[in-house]
Amino acid sequence: MKMITFAGTASCGKTSVIIQLCKELMSRGLKPAVVKFDCISSMDEQSYNDAGITVITGLAGGLCPDHFYVSNIQECWNWAHENEADILITESAGLCNRCSPHIKGIPAVCVIDNLSGVNTPHKIGPMLRTADIVVVTKGDIVSQAEREVFTFRVRQANPRCRIYSINGLTGQGTFILLKQLMEYPEVTGVDKLLLRFTMPAALCSYCLGERKVGHDYQIGNTKTMNFKNRME
Amino acid sequence: MSGNEKFSDILKATPYLEDFFQAFGLPRPGTVHTVDKYFELLSQDMIDNLGMTREDLKRDFFEFKAQLGSLSHHNINSLEIIGGHNKKGEPENISILLSPGDILSVVGPTGAGKSRLLEDIECLAQGDTPTGRKILVNGIAPSEEDRFNVDNHMVAQLSQNMNFVVDLCIADFLLMHAESRMVSNPHQVVQKIFATANELAGEKFTLETSVTALSGGQSRALMIADTACLSQSPIVLIDEIENAGVDRNKALELLIKQEKIVILVTHDPELALLAPRRLVIRDGGMKTLLDRTDAELATLKVLAEYSGKIAALRNSMRNGETMLEKS
Repeated sequence: MKMITFAGTASCGKTSVIIQLCKELMSRGLKPAVVKFDCISSMDEQSYNDAGITVITGLAGGLCPDHFYVSNIQECWNWAHENEADILITESAGLCNRCSPHIKGIPAVCVIDNLSGVNTPHKIGPMLRTADIVVVTKGDIVSQAEREVFTFRVRQANPRCRIYSINGLTGQGTFILLKQLMEYPEVTGVDKLLLRFTMPAALCSYCLGERKVGHDYQIGNTKTMNFKNRME
Repeated sequence: MSGNEKFSDILKATPYLEDFFQAFGLPRPGTVHTVDKYFELLSQDMIDNLGMTREDLKRDFFEFKAQLGSLSHHNINSLEIIGGHNKKGEPENISILLSPGDILSVVGPTGAGKSRLLEDIECLAQGDTPTGRKILVNGIAPSEEDRFNVDNHMVAQLSQNMNFVVDLCIADFLLMHAESRMVSNPHQVVQKIFATANELAGEKFTLETSVTALSGGQSRALMIADTACLSQSPIVLIDEIENAGVDRNKALELLIKQEKIVILVTHDPELALLAPRRLVIRDGGMKTLLDRTDAELATLKVLAEYSGKIAALRNSMRNGETMLEKS
């Protein structure tokens, strides 16, 4: 079975791109299985179902979504395997811009949209910087100039990646992404593989449900902002 | 390049490398520092905040530097579209050879497959898309790198759905684009695009105008001028140019003068006739390739007269005058 991790900011078109990709896969007689990771209830499962795609949703609820992701990924692999999928696709939102679900040895895709503004590529952390492939969406509605600037900024943030422009509505560009993704080898599981980057650490009173604000209530791994000139 | 080089020498040779530090929010390297020393001196906190490791950051720096050199212009002498098959699987039996400065119009009913053709050209298809078409550049199949490398792309697109979304004035916007293209004289280029765009636009605008405040016609004029003067892509795919607020004749002339290959999808008879060749799409396939006849040139003249009359009436209307046809 092949596996791909998809990550991207909220509402950038991840689900649309994955659905287009799955349609291409299914037209070639391959079976994709999608795991959608989210925090609170997601409507996307319905979109996948409508497209006839095998899907399961994992809701992190009160947990850090990316920690939740990594502690479930082996089970996801097993689930896809039992469903006799040819390819497992995980979708997660990288909500704090600091996380990245990408795993060494498994192709990693970051989705980012042109409408998010030309500075966004610099604001997104490891999920963009450690990706093998960056998919840029919504290029059909912004000017050529902005697209070129946007691509250039993605290139600055991740000089090694391949960048593809995809229209999630029509599927334009999906074909090339698929072609590239199919070149990655199959994997026999995710056990003992390494995350490409550490996840944000947190173990403080707020993780455990504290709600009061103030020094007296902060216990554990906390960090105070530096209010002096940060270049010093 | 080794890590022992001094930044003073590196930045003199490639000033745009400073962008790298700006992009990552890193302090500007002191000129006496060597590359190795600089990355060694960065605080662990700063590195952590980037969500990278020190080694990754340094590797990305070298990678970025290597790529600065590879941003280059494409030299295209010819583009050839070789037919595959239509939706029914019937062979297209058409091949079209285009040279710099050529315009091809693409016509057909909605849903006939015009966008699919643009997509085939955009990805420089090699018999591996649903239509089985092949696109040759300079008579040969382009390399995978040329096909898929978005930031060195051969194809620029202009469509009527496109808008400016960035909140900048025209001067800053064009400067940002010029810098990302790493031109050596960005301010001159900005002036040139601005002047050109104003020539194309029906209503004038200033360098201080915000790009989001431009009218539809002004936006289109600016996009066309920018694509003509600054985009490195030698092929321009256009999905319709509306017949208001922008001089379509001049716009196409400009693109031709810049040696672009222009492929123009349209439902507008006048725009279609501005191209010497016209490709008819039907049932997902390229059906016929028509040469513009002399009789059609006469039609174009008539259409141009109508357009002129409509434009004059529009001006009368805007100026609060009575709307009478002038002979």
